[in-house]
Amino acid sequence: MKKMTSIERTMAAISHKEADRVPLFLLLSAYGAKELNMPIKEYFSKAENVVKAQLLMKEKYQNDCIYTFFYAPIEIEAFGGEVIYVDDGPPNSGEPFITEIDQINRLEVPNIEKCAGLQKVLQATRLLKEKVGNETPIIGVVMSPFSLPVMQMGFEKYVEVIYEHPVHFAKLMSINERFCIAWANAQLEAGATAICYFDPLASPNMIERETYLKTGHLMAKRTISGINGPTATHLGSGIALPVIEDLLETGTAIVGFSGKDDLDAIKLATTNKLCLLGNLNGLEMIHWDLNRVEKEVKNIIFKAAKGGGLILSDNHGEIPWQVSEEILLKIGQTVKKYGTYPIMDVDENE
Amino acid sequence: MKTEMIEMDKLILEFEEALLQINRVKAEEIFEKLYKNENNFGELEVLVVKTLEIMGTAWEYGDISLAQEYMASIICEELIEKYLPLANAMRKNVPKIAIGVLKDHHGLGKRMVYATLRAGGFELLDFGQGLSVEEMCQKTIDSQVEILLVSTLMYASALSVKELRLMLDKAGSTAKIIVGGAPFRLDCELWKTVGAEADGKDASKIIGIIETMLAQEGEERT
Repeated sequence: MKKMTSIERTMAAISHKEADRVPLFLLLSAYGAKELNMPIKEYFSKAENVVKAQLLMKEKYQNDCIYTFFYAPIEIEAFGGEVIYVDDGPPNSGEPFITEIDQINRLEVPNIEKCAGLQKVLQATRLLKEKVGNETPIIGVVMSPFSLPVMQMGFEKYVEVIYEHPVHFAKLMSINERFCIAWANAQLEAGATAICYFDPLASPNMIERETYLKTGHLMAKRTISGINGPTATHLGSGIALPVIEDLLETGTAIVGFSGKDDLDAIKLATTNKLCLLGNLNGLEMIHWDLNRVEKEVKNIIFKAAKGGGLILSDNHGEIPWQVSEEILLKIGQTVKKYGTYPIMDVDENE
Repeated sequence: MKTEMIEMDKLILEFEEALLQINRVKAEEIFEKLYKNENNFGELEVLVVKTLEIMGTAWEYGDISLAQEYMASIICEELIEKYLPLANAMRKNVPKIAIGVLKDHHGLGKRMVYATLRAGGFELLDFGQGLSVEEMCQKTIDSQVEILLVSTLMYASALSVKELRLMLDKAGSTAKIIVGGAPFRLDCELWKTVGAEADGKDASKIIGIIETMLAQEGEERT
């Protein structure tokens, strides 16, 4: 089969067809600072840094995507919240800015044009689009309206809002939904090919399915229908199998699933319906040796790549800072070696 | 004895159901019924601790959600807070325990462990969240803490436990560290790497971990 571009490879996987090989999405965000050998805070201070690192890392690791995700609390900055930088990991949200439930009544939808952080993401997206054109998919990111409140008000307070304050919950969802749709569409207009809809609370590890169906699921259906491009729903390490059919109903095309999901079962449940994105354990990856990389990558490919419908990735949505370059290079090599279609059976490779 | 156990098992099932439905009224009815029948605070503790343990295991197996487990621990803490003075019972304040969130402001895990220990009748200090390594070390020394519970969310924060361990050792503290949080669940060997004495895969296991630790200490002394 002739060599495909990254976008052709990805589109084949999403269409449940076999490409030249399994596409690889190494979701590299703060890791770009390592590539440019600069502190993380400085790295994210200029869109140009992200552009440079993304292009370098795409070539270096044979990556099939450009990831314009800066850090999760960039949306919290837009709401006026605090971001805390560390030297060896992704920036984290500071103290929640909603300290009393009644504050929800006074919350307003941030104006994207006035948020410096979001503008940097859009600038990076535009510059990257100029560079890669239609050769490589550019993946933008939004936090789902349902999951964003974990950073807005802290999970403990938010859980009480979900169960016991339906009016405040509805108000918060309405604000977050408008923001999420506007933010996703701004990224698409800037050149993003698709939007990764981060929704860790959709996982039954976090919120039981019965409640999710009455809350986050309805929210996802409404929000995703308002986004003017394809979406991938990512559950950020949470298990996805028990809600696969529900996720499918939201109109998403891809699901980021967990290292704890049963691979055989989830492949069966998603065949010709949803494309799988995953599910290497990013944290365990820190301690892997090269043999372990090969074993883990082969396992996913042999169990989930046949017939298309698989994009190989990590299960959290960001490669940890502590993972060595050697490991990432080995992932790329292993995908090339064992993920070239047609996928052979295990014995033939041994 | 067997009949009593069956009765307690039935009650635990009923109580768990009420907690899963976030039904505070039903949960309190069960509590009150048991207290009136037994007039014994210890039975209330057994009900709470066993139910939370069952729910913790259910969460680990993916049968219930973290949100349900959190609400259960909060309701149990509220009930114990209410019945403790009625029963004229005292909290267990040995060993001296403290909890805090290291380099992070996400307090859910800490809140759950705090509530679980309080619901189990333990006294403990809450050092708060967003603490630096230095702050957590100083508070531990100042309060002469014997068991320090450290909650983290981000991997970088989890790695800082190693620095905390070294700092405590240097300051002469013999506090035992029990870690918890997502990085330790996703990387099963991490707690050993950072020099903790134990890790709590789930908030409900904390009482068992502390009791095992105390029993081991007792054996070592004898």
